[in-house]
Amino acid sequence: MTEMADVRRAVVSTPSDTEILIVRDFEAPAELVYRAWTTPELVARWWHAERGSVTSIDIDLRVGGRWRYVMVATGGFEVAFHGEYREIVPNRRLVTTEVYEGAPEAEAVTTATFTDVDGGSRVEILVQHASAAARDMHLQSGMEDGLQRALELLEDLTRTAR
Amino acid sequence: MARAATTSDAFNAIAEPRRREILDLLAQQERSVGDLVDLLGLAQPQVSKHLTVLRTVGMVDVRDEGRRRFYRLNGGALRPVHDWVSRFEDSWTARFDRLDGVLDDLKKGQQT
Repeated sequence: MTEMADVRRAVVSTPSDTEILIVRDFEAPAELVYRAWTTPELVARWWHAERGSVTSIDIDLRVGGRWRYVMVATGGFEVAFHGEYREIVPNRRLVTTEVYEGAPEAEAVTTATFTDVDGGSRVEILVQHASAAARDMHLQSGMEDGLQRALELLEDLTRTAR
Repeated sequence: MARAATTSDAFNAIAEPRRREILDLLAQQERSVGDLVDLLGLAQPQVSKHLTVLRTVGMVDVRDEGRRRFYRLNGGALRPVHDWVSRFEDSWTARFDRLDGVLDDLKKGQQT
């Protein structure tokens, strides 16, 4: 648990005004990351990002197959995403459409690539939105998340202070 | 969700590629309108229009020296944009930290 304790942040950048790029290195081969990415019971263990609990993960891993992820966020509201697999190169590349069900008119295309690098692998997720407005909204969802977490921390603090 | 007016929202102000170029140039040093016109290869009215937007959201400050007008970056106004992206990063960082745990288990499973 020595090297894992290093904070390896996801690096987010915005290559254009309709795109988001997320990059992160892992100390595991691309094949294992791909497995954790495409196996429902494994996705259920990490996808919630500690902001709630996963209630269902459906993965029909074939071109034209559908996926749907649902979690109940800590505030009690349900957050669901779904889409379709467009391109599948096992252990290497996944192209899917992605719709946040809270804003169903905005469909993004997400390309995840899994590449073996020295001692591990790199995951790059490119999210391409149809418009800058949709991209900004997607980024803003992170902000609401952050705010939510801040409120939870505050609640914890007030509880211990009592 | 309606978008905020270009002139009041930091994100919209930087959504325009030319305005991002202007911010990059001003991040290097303070520059006159004439310098920016030369560096960007745009007509002065266009440059002035972009500068007005950036000035309205407070991303650039202006200083007059004689008849020349100089612009410089106001880093503080970029803060909301930076915060926004970094909060989004936080959420992915939390997710990937959990994925590390899943991968550790998978690695252990392979060894046995």
